[in-house]
Amino acid sequence: MIQIDSLTKRFGKLKALDNISLFMNEGQLLSLIGPNGSGKTTLIKSILGLIKPEKGNILVDNKNINTTDSYRNLIGYMPQMGKFPENIKVGQLFTLWNKIRNKQEGPLDNDLFESFDIRSMENKPLRTLSGGMRQKVSASLAFLFNPKILILDEPTSGLDPISSEILKEKINQSHQEGKLIIITSHILSDIEEVTTHVAYMQDGSLLYYGPFEELKTQSGEKNLSKSIAFLMKKNNYSVRH
Amino acid sequence: MKELILFTIKDIIKNKVIIAYTLFLLVTTLVLFSLEDNSGKAILGILNTILIVTPIITLIFTTIQYYNSYEFIELILSQPISRISVIISEYVAINIALIMAVAAGMGIPLLIFSPEKEALWLLMISVFLTLSCSAIALLISVYIRDKAKGIGTSLLIWFYFNFIYDGIILLILFTFSEYPLEKPTLALIALNPIDLARVTVMLQLDISALMGYTGALYKDFFGSMTGIFFSMGCFALWIIIPLWITIVHFGKKDL
Repeated sequence: MIQIDSLTKRFGKLKALDNISLFMNEGQLLSLIGPNGSGKTTLIKSILGLIKPEKGNILVDNKNINTTDSYRNLIGYMPQMGKFPENIKVGQLFTLWNKIRNKQEGPLDNDLFESFDIRSMENKPLRTLSGGMRQKVSASLAFLFNPKILILDEPTSGLDPISSEILKEKINQSHQEGKLIIITSHILSDIEEVTTHVAYMQDGSLLYYGPFEELKTQSGEKNLSKSIAFLMKKNNYSVRH
Repeated sequence: MKELILFTIKDIIKNKVIIAYTLFLLVTTLVLFSLEDNSGKAILGILNTILIVTPIITLIFTTIQYYNSYEFIELILSQPISRISVIISEYVAINIALIMAVAAGMGIPLLIFSPEKEALWLLMISVFLTLSCSAIALLISVYIRDKAKGIGTSLLIWFYFNFIYDGIILLILFTFSEYPLEKPTLALIALNPIDLARVTVMLQLDISALMGYTGALYKDFFGSMTGIFFSMGCFALWIIIPLWITIVHFGKKDL
């Protein structure tokens, strides 16, 4: 589904991505984990074509992303704390999205739109929404077109416990439908139950990539945060970094 | 692209800056026309206001609008839409909103009080100034990542075109006053969109008769067809060049 070949990106002297190769397939739920500044967001932005890598290639559905914009029809992206135009109403935002992606076939996925009760805020200007409400709007937009790939950047941050559960339930369901889901989160317990694969990044390098079960056996730990702590220790990570 | 332009206009049109700008132009135009009984003098007053206000509002508004919609631009670009259409939509939407403000605030009273050639020239250079200053502002915004630095640079550009540049021209004129400088100054004027706008409109007014030999020479040039083509051509370049560099850079930059 997504194939990344020796991807390298430098910002000045800082190596944000250091020769990363990764193959992600349908049905995976990949947790992208790493300390702040480890290159997670750079990697995600590279997949979305927002950052142009220096070296390496990214293929989505066997198409090189440099040659086309239409591959993004396959992707639903939920950014970290989206910021929207101030004077636009929630309903107008959904209308725009429908128009941008109107070539899409298949029915819309209105599950989150319904469960988060977006309809009730359709006439509210986006500037009046709280952080959590904006997250709900972002999540509904990301799932709306039934994309084969979902990229969720800190999806549960800012959400109340009930909405967080609704979103996790939806993520789980999409995973069972065979979609590829990439999640970055610092709240490891949130993604623990659903993760099938783990990618651990540090200083722009991919230090671990494999099934979660395998990581558990390797580390001898049962949960995700302890397994990650094991990886961090193994790679000599210290907080002063 | 059409949807994105309409969407952005819907956002910008409700912006308080645009509303204040429209009202300011409206009040200034009305006041100047009611104070002066000679419409030529009123137009000269409006010209002086426009030359100061339009560039700074356009530069600052465009810069802030770009930085404020940065995250949204990212989100839009994660959709199947090309970078070129996103940046062009932004440019077109900003300009439609700003030009509507000029048309409503200044255009309508001008056409009511003085439906003459001079008024049309004044409107036309306001549109040109808007188009070119917004292109310059977008160019600054896509090159500079930091919002404060971007706004600072826009302010500096405005200051440069309005004050510093004229100082430099004066210095050159004094230093080389022994030589015939009419043609070189003509070229120097073309290198500053605000000066270009000033000269283009001034020479359409009767007042240019008072500007002496150089004024007569310029009137001879700018009044002719060649002169009009020259100033229109320079304005077109002041729009196309910054916009083109913006589009090329935005197409390959990291967001």
